[in-house]
Amino acid sequence: MDPMPIPRDFLLPLPAAEGDLELALVVLFLAHILLVNLMLGGALLTLAAEVRGLTRPAYDRLARTIAATVTVNKSLAVVLGVGPLLAINALYGLWFYTANALTGRAWILLVPLIASAFLLLYLHKYTWDALAGRKGLHLAIGAAGTLLLLAAPLVFLANVNLMLFPGRWGEVRGFLSAVALANVLPRYLHFLLASLAVAALFLAGWLCRRGFDFAAELPGLDRVAVKRELLGVALGATAAQLLAGPLVLLTLPPHGLSWLLLGNLAVAIAFAAAALVLLWRESGIEGPLGPRFWLVVVLLGGTVGLMGLGRHLYREQALTPHRELVAAHTADFRAASLGAEMRLAAGTPRLGPGETAASPGEKIFRASCMACHDVETKRVGPPLREIAGIYAGNPDGLIAWVKAPGRKRAGYPEMPPITMQPPQYEAVAAYILDEVFATPSESG
Amino acid sequence: MDFPVFHLDFLGNRMLVAGIAVLHVFVNHPFAVGAMPLVAALEWSGWRRGDAGWDRLAYRILTVCFVVTTTVGALTGVGIWFATSLVNPAAIGSLIRVFFFAWFAEWLVFVTEVLCIMAYYLTWKPMAGRKGLHVALGAALAVASWVTMAIITAILGFMMDPGSWLERTSFLSGVFNPIYLPQLAFRTPLAMVAAGLLALFLAYFFTRGDDDLRRRAVRWLSLWSLAWLAPAAAGALWYWRAIPAWMAGNLPVALGTQRFAAWYDQLLVVLGVMVAAVLLTTLAGALLPRRLPRVALLVPFALTLVLLGSFERVREFIRKPYVVGEYMYANGVRVADLPLLKEEGILRHSAWARVRDITDANRPAAGAEVFRLACTRCHTASGVNSVFDRLTGLYGAGDWDRETVKYYLLGMHTARPYMPPFPGTDVEAGALADYLVTAQRSHEPVPGAQDVGLDGPAPAGGEV
Ligand code: HEC
Ligand code: HEC
Repeated sequence: MDPMPIPRDFLLPLPAAEGDLELALVVLFLAHILLVNLMLGGALLTLAAEVRGLTRPAYDRLARTIAATVTVNKSLAVVLGVGPLLAINALYGLWFYTANALTGRAWILLVPLIASAFLLLYLHKYTWDALAGRKGLHLAIGAAGTLLLLAAPLVFLANVNLMLFPGRWGEVRGFLSAVALANVLPRYLHFLLASLAVAALFLAGWLCRRGFDFAAELPGLDRVAVKRELLGVALGATAAQLLAGPLVLLTLPPHGLSWLLLGNLAVAIAFAAAALVLLWRESGIEGPLGPRFWLVVVLLGGTVGLMGLGRHLYREQALTPHRELVAAHTADFRAASLGAEMRLAAGTPRLGPGETAASPGEKIFRASCMACHDVETKRVGPPLREIAGIYAGNPDGLIAWVKAPGRKRAGYPEMPPITMQPPQYEAVAAYILDEVFATPSESG
Repeated sequence: MDFPVFHLDFLGNRMLVAGIAVLHVFVNHPFAVGAMPLVAALEWSGWRRGDAGWDRLAYRILTVCFVVTTTVGALTGVGIWFATSLVNPAAIGSLIRVFFFAWFAEWLVFVTEVLCIMAYYLTWKPMAGRKGLHVALGAALAVASWVTMAIITAILGFMMDPGSWLERTSFLSGVFNPIYLPQLAFRTPLAMVAAGLLALFLAYFFTRGDDDLRRRAVRWLSLWSLAWLAPAAAGALWYWRAIPAWMAGNLPVALGTQRFAAWYDQLLVVLGVMVAAVLLTTLAGALLPRRLPRVALLVPFALTLVLLGSFERVREFIRKPYVVGEYMYANGVRVADLPLLKEEGILRHSAWARVRDITDANRPAAGAEVFRLACTRCHTASGVNSVFDRLTGLYGAGDWDRETVKYYLLGMHTARPYMPPFPGTDVEAGALADYLVTAQRSHEPVPGAQDVGLDGPAPAGGEV
């Protein structure tokens, strides 16, 4: 076995220019991941608010309001995932499918896993009143849905990570060993923190928006206090990235790193640092949401965009050597395949060791009849010796039988009808009736 | 050949894809494509008559459809894709290269569809004062659901018969393949009938305690299903005629299995009886809604699911031995590459093969590898459609003769046209025969790459 498998690419052209597909991938993926962040962070914050609601009932209403946003965000997260998935299939199908197969069980379990998570979250949402007296059960339903939801990104991360490292493919034995490759767990942590921050920022904006009658919708809660709490969550999660970020970078296998990537990351980190300072100041303010908040959103949006670009730069750099090997191998294969096709068309296929040239009739016999008919002894059907006796001088009778065999001998199964081109029937009949017994029989 | 071989030896890989695909159709046709126009029509009819009970019934039916389509429906749709990329990556990768823009367009419509269903469902009560607009929203949703299905049907039809695409390799010639329109003409009314029966089933629960509403709902929904039955029959006929002759030859095995192929006629009769049962119930519901016994509301829906399921099974089966008609065989071998593989061998051209060169010492192990590459897309060793069971059916329970098996392999595509030709050299066929004969008694399961990656235990017979 080769240390690093070099497959060949699909022998069809890319559906669009490579650059366009890459652009589509980066942009569509960002849209998807933002909604995933909103969905996951939203589910976590719903739970947190509901738990607080046990002691301060006003928070129970807040939890419900957050859950309502999750209903929409989770469906959008799924549909918006299809676009980037399509782009990654077109651009990196060879690498992506390999990772899928190597983590196959987890990969296919994603389907029931996410479907059950969604069903549980609906159940959680629509039983809020019915289970008002049994909060423990209600919380357990929400927690179960959220936990299932939390498992999904780990499977995706293990896949997009594994596809980048063909040199490690040989070591992987199932999903868990793919998760154990360096970098997967740090990236997961990085992603969870981002989800919390994004969802908290979104909710701060959503609940403090102008058209929202806070006092009527969330009686018993203070708008400013809720705002400060949510910004506090965003601040804490983003500050924790100061630790998670370097961890991701340090565990990243070096062969995808480049100066361009590091430069890109430096700018992203600068944006995030500025956003942190602004968040710190905004969350301390005792008033409504100020314009500073929107600056934070823009800065963090920039960070996320640059991180997305960085992912792509790393992927390209990491895959280039393997991709070149694949391209060379594909070209060789294509040429060899064409050669064999032309030899076949010309009637001169290369013979393997131990094969001899055969007449057209004999070739057909070997391919279509020999499984059941031997020359001298009974196999599934009667031997050729017997057949040649029955149909001597009557090739048409033999052909008629082959096209529509009947039931004749006791103790034999039924022969299936065999479909071929007319000249092939004639050739095989000629072989059985005239050739086999003309020379001393050599096949067997 | 170019991918690690994912393999489920008990269930079989076909079952995985088929299970998810059938579940998806069960959800998509009745709960989305058929249900959205039905609910919009229900809502409109209630609004016209100012009937609040009727409106509530429509809303409740929509609630069920909303929950089911945005969870199981959406996820199984993506799931078909996930499963195919495990089971047949070479095929899905090729299809995406040809159909990228069809899928992309489908995705845009899908996004629209989800936005519409969110808006339609979540604004049902808030927009009670603007019913006209809300019904229009429902109509838009119905169109989006149908267009999503229409695009996917193009891809399915293409997989059965690529038509002129084989010569011209262009996108449009792929989309307008010969089976496309007939299949669409069949699926559309079928979805409507299924939705009508689903709604009958649901109405049974949602009209408890209101006999008048139940009677009117049963009549309305029966008429709806009845009205769509005739176009469904016409579509079925057209579709049937469009199936290429070589595929129609597979129909008997497709509906049952090899063993039951002889019962083909009886199966057709059973299907006919089921269609008649649906027809009769809907007729009775339309004419005598009060007399209709309760079970009559539940059974037809179950029958439609069975019909839909057999339809999908046939569709999946009759394109064998191809996964992309006349371009690629079910085991991922391109038709054009067959001559090379016959000359030089499948092991030599498989990036993930664990054995490359066949020696006297490793023949069964090499054969097991050939089995994984050439046969496991359709056969298992120890589970569904086990190759050992199939060979036993052919050659009996006594010790098999290696030469006989080898020659069977070399001619397997002529003996059974739904199997692809053996994609390797004579020596590889011999090695595969050695493996099959060696493992005849043990039926040792064949592990998949998802569990053992590149190595794992030596394949059965490796010690020889
Ligand atoms: C799957 C196994 C199988 C294959 C493949 C097969 N046969 Fe047969 N054949 C049988 C069996 C079994 C019988 C005996 C049937 C009976 O007598 O009822 C038979 C019988 C025959 C007979 C005798 C008919 C008679 O009148 O007694 C002829 C001739 C024949 N086969 C020709 C062919 C030819 C030519 C081919 C290849 C093109 C072929 N068979 C392929 C199984 C097979
Ligand atoms: C396209 C899918 C497909 C592939 C690939 C395939 N088979 Fe089959 N094979 C089938 C089906 C379907 C049947 C019939 C099963 C039934 O009876 O329902 C079958 C039947 C058989 C039978 C019994 C035939 C008979 O006449 O009863 C044998 C033996 C067999 N296959 C061996 C193999 C071997 C060995 C390979 C790999 C070299 C292989 N098959 C590859 C689909 C396939």
